[in-house]
Amino acid sequence: MTEELDAGVVAQQIAESGQLSEPDSTREVGKARRRKEDARLLAGRTTWTDNIQLPGLLHVAFKRSPMAHARIVGVDVSAARDMPGVVAVFSGQDVADEQGSLPCAWPVTEDIVIPDHPPMAVREVRYPGEAVACVVATDRYLAADALDAIDVDYEPLPPVLDMAEALTEASPKVHESGNRAFTWTFAQGDIDAAFRDAPVLIDRTYVQQRLIPTAMEPRAVAATTDGESFTLWSSTQIPHVLRVMLALTTGIPEHRLRVVAPDVGGGFGSKLQVTAEEVLCLLLTRRLGKPVKWTESRSEGNLTVHHGRDQVQHIALAAEADGRVRGVKVELLADMGAYLMLVTPGVPLLGAFMFNGIYKMDAYSFDCTGVFTTKMPTDAYRGAGRPEATYAIERVMDELAAELNLDPIEVRRRNWIRHEEFPYTTIAGLTYDSGNYEAATEKALSLFGYDKLRAEQSDRRDRGDPVQLGIGVSTYTEMCGLAPSRVLGSLSYGAGGWEHGSVRMLPTGKVEVVTGTSPHGQGHETAWSQIVADSLGVPFDDIAVVHGDTAISHKGMDTYGSRSLVVGGMAVLRACEKVKEKARRLAAHTLECSPDDLEFSQGAFKVKGTESSKTIQELALAAFAAHDLPEGVEPRLDADATFDPENFSFPHGTHLCAIEVDTETGMARIRKYVAVDDVGHVINPLIVEGQVHGGLAQGIAQALYEEAVHDAEGNLLTTTMADYLIPTAADLPDFVTDRTESPATSNPLGVKGVGEAGTIASTPAVVNAVVDALRPHGVHDIQMPCTPERIWRAIR
Amino acid sequence: MPRIAVTVDGIRYEEDVEPRLLLVHLLRDRLGKTGTPVGCDTSNCGACTVMLDGKSVKSCSVLAVQADGSDVVTIEGLATAGTMHPMQRAFHEEHALQCGYCTPGMVMAAIDLLREDPDPSEETIRHGLEGNLCRCTGYCNIVRAVRRGAQSMGQAVTTP
Repeated sequence: MTEELDAGVVAQQIAESGQLSEPDSTREVGKARRRKEDARLLAGRTTWTDNIQLPGLLHVAFKRSPMAHARIVGVDVSAARDMPGVVAVFSGQDVADEQGSLPCAWPVTEDIVIPDHPPMAVREVRYPGEAVACVVATDRYLAADALDAIDVDYEPLPPVLDMAEALTEASPKVHESGNRAFTWTFAQGDIDAAFRDAPVLIDRTYVQQRLIPTAMEPRAVAATTDGESFTLWSSTQIPHVLRVMLALTTGIPEHRLRVVAPDVGGGFGSKLQVTAEEVLCLLLTRRLGKPVKWTESRSEGNLTVHHGRDQVQHIALAAEADGRVRGVKVELLADMGAYLMLVTPGVPLLGAFMFNGIYKMDAYSFDCTGVFTTKMPTDAYRGAGRPEATYAIERVMDELAAELNLDPIEVRRRNWIRHEEFPYTTIAGLTYDSGNYEAATEKALSLFGYDKLRAEQSDRRDRGDPVQLGIGVSTYTEMCGLAPSRVLGSLSYGAGGWEHGSVRMLPTGKVEVVTGTSPHGQGHETAWSQIVADSLGVPFDDIAVVHGDTAISHKGMDTYGSRSLVVGGMAVLRACEKVKEKARRLAAHTLECSPDDLEFSQGAFKVKGTESSKTIQELALAAFAAHDLPEGVEPRLDADATFDPENFSFPHGTHLCAIEVDTETGMARIRKYVAVDDVGHVINPLIVEGQVHGGLAQGIAQALYEEAVHDAEGNLLTTTMADYLIPTAADLPDFVTDRTESPATSNPLGVKGVGEAGTIASTPAVVNAVVDALRPHGVHDIQMPCTPERIWRAIR
Repeated sequence: MPRIAVTVDGIRYEEDVEPRLLLVHLLRDRLGKTGTPVGCDTSNCGACTVMLDGKSVKSCSVLAVQADGSDVVTIEGLATAGTMHPMQRAFHEEHALQCGYCTPGMVMAAIDLLREDPDPSEETIRHGLEGNLCRCTGYCNIVRAVRRGAQSMGQAVTTP
């Protein structure tokens, strides 16, 4: 109880200091602290996995399928084995008995089909780029040379590319069991009644194109063994989860396996995976008794890093004549790709509870079928399920506004949950704990100059200006802070959603914080230090945060789903509270008073009404020396804690996009983008703003630029950065960002998470703007990405 | 195997290299200069940008033999006497990096951009950095950092 109370006090203090307008110089939380992580990254003193050099290190390269679907008739590796520098060459068949099957941790239904997924294909390849053999050589160039000497005999099989066709009887099969992986349904309220005689009915089909996550650091894996214990370095977001899953997959005992995520150059969900290459590097070091390393090329990565999105969404909305929504009906086809990877089937489920958005309604139904195709498996990509859902509801709300000739803000206002109605249990069964959609919207409208831009739009329409102006609205929310373990359990996920933190006061008064989260750009070292500095009253610079190595960070659930601060930051705060509680007992003993007579302020325990005090650093030394400890108090001033949230957190906000569309060329150019986000209390506004910027860029990229394209044979055409266009600095505008703060009530820090908000909100804002520009031309949808060609064709 | 002589961050190296060896692999695998990363294989991303005789190049598209007799500066050689280059400091101050993987190339490209235009507009910066991709920042803070770096470098030049 004491812990919780103390955490509450800290939260209150954080709440008071979290306002940017009134910074409190004595508090770290709320300050725009420049990041601790930067110095080494800016100096090039980094430890990317590919930097790792070990004595006798061997280099691994993979022979990959040039076809989407084929039977492997034979693999001849004999010539490759004779190439210079080659140590070993193995086909899938050569490791068939040892390689196991890549895991899927989220069997969403009891009858889900989870096909065997060998790390290297043995009998059949089912997506382009699937590994069929590997070379181990003394040098990365020689390994690449030897790949060319491997002769694979394929018997082509028909590709399976279109989900709807895949579900027909006549379709070729990806797996013998058929192309349906699962069907998952959810319904609440009387959906038939909602749609019966509805004055307004909107019925749309949207395509969530397949995306390639494209973290800047390509994946890399290194592995070594002393014959008994194994160490694996990987460019991963999930060292802890990976250790468990690799132990289960390879049979290496978990206590003999150490997994390290060194510096990791971005992830966005793409490194939330257990990959074939990780399994095979462990297997190769076990077989050869030498350290091995594999680093992918970008082209390899575009083919074989799991892809994101890829859904066909059928959404129907029934409304009253005044625009009030009665109900929403969703039918999804979700492309699983060829196999179910770590959380592949769970991704659309994360969207299942979000298609109602921020709106009140009487009924909702959701029906999702996961479909196998001969493409790279899909899995988590920034937002994972929620961007897809948000896109559909925010697009269809605009359609409703257009149908009723209402302003899109007005139609939202008539439907959203009002400020005074929180906490509010939605039709999808989630309880949104806090939010203020009115405040965020008002702020956004004002920053945007909404009325003025609407007037300009009207003027351009009247003049028949070839450059039309469109205004796009997105009033989003999302569920993040993954997640309450009991909820994950109820959704058949294979693990929990808690997080762990350790806080160790060292004898010299410095503080070592161990977090179970695994940052790869998010700035946890800085933000966690700010939390600890305030809680323990020690200087920011006296705190080090370590992470990402299972030998150092024993427990953790890693970083994804905007969970790190909400769950991991809370675990660290809880550990601080335990440390302080222990320090209080020690201080009372030393100062010869009752613990209740002590007040803690600015890092020192003081006997109330006296000058007698001890700093927490002094107590750390006393706890180390252990010369005079009170009864029952163990040496060292440190503590472990875990936090398991009672609810998700629900960031929300209002995004507005003004876009100029040249009706003669089809070119769309964002003129102004305003994002007002409510992510609860803010630990570091600089980091929060950076997360929003990056999220916006990725969401805008889906709207305008990016798409994984396959040809009719199922070959991926966008295998390089010259073909798969992630935006450059010249493609994006400056962003106007601001915040409102409705603290989360599900954690004492009042924080909600910010990693995915920008991506979730921005895609519909941009497409709504493009469509808004073209409504006078009779356009009510443009398929993403809204390329000049698609826009140009839509007008004609 | 050709022998080349190349100076990297102030140290002169003589190396026997295969003609096909890329400069970036010479730097990373042979000289231990792992501060310069590789982000793609089509010279689109710019992560591997270094200075070759004072001009920025993508070191994945230069052969090591082409650098024979040249002076190379990588991100590791930018700081002087333990003090960050003004552009490095500007990136830190403006929070212009998150994962940091594109950062070495971005900083080198930014410095090269200022060689041609010491006081670039936002638009000039955005177009000037088109060859360097970042997936984390959305570029806003990078643009701000380059502006700030330009200002402090301008001051550094004019201050006696």
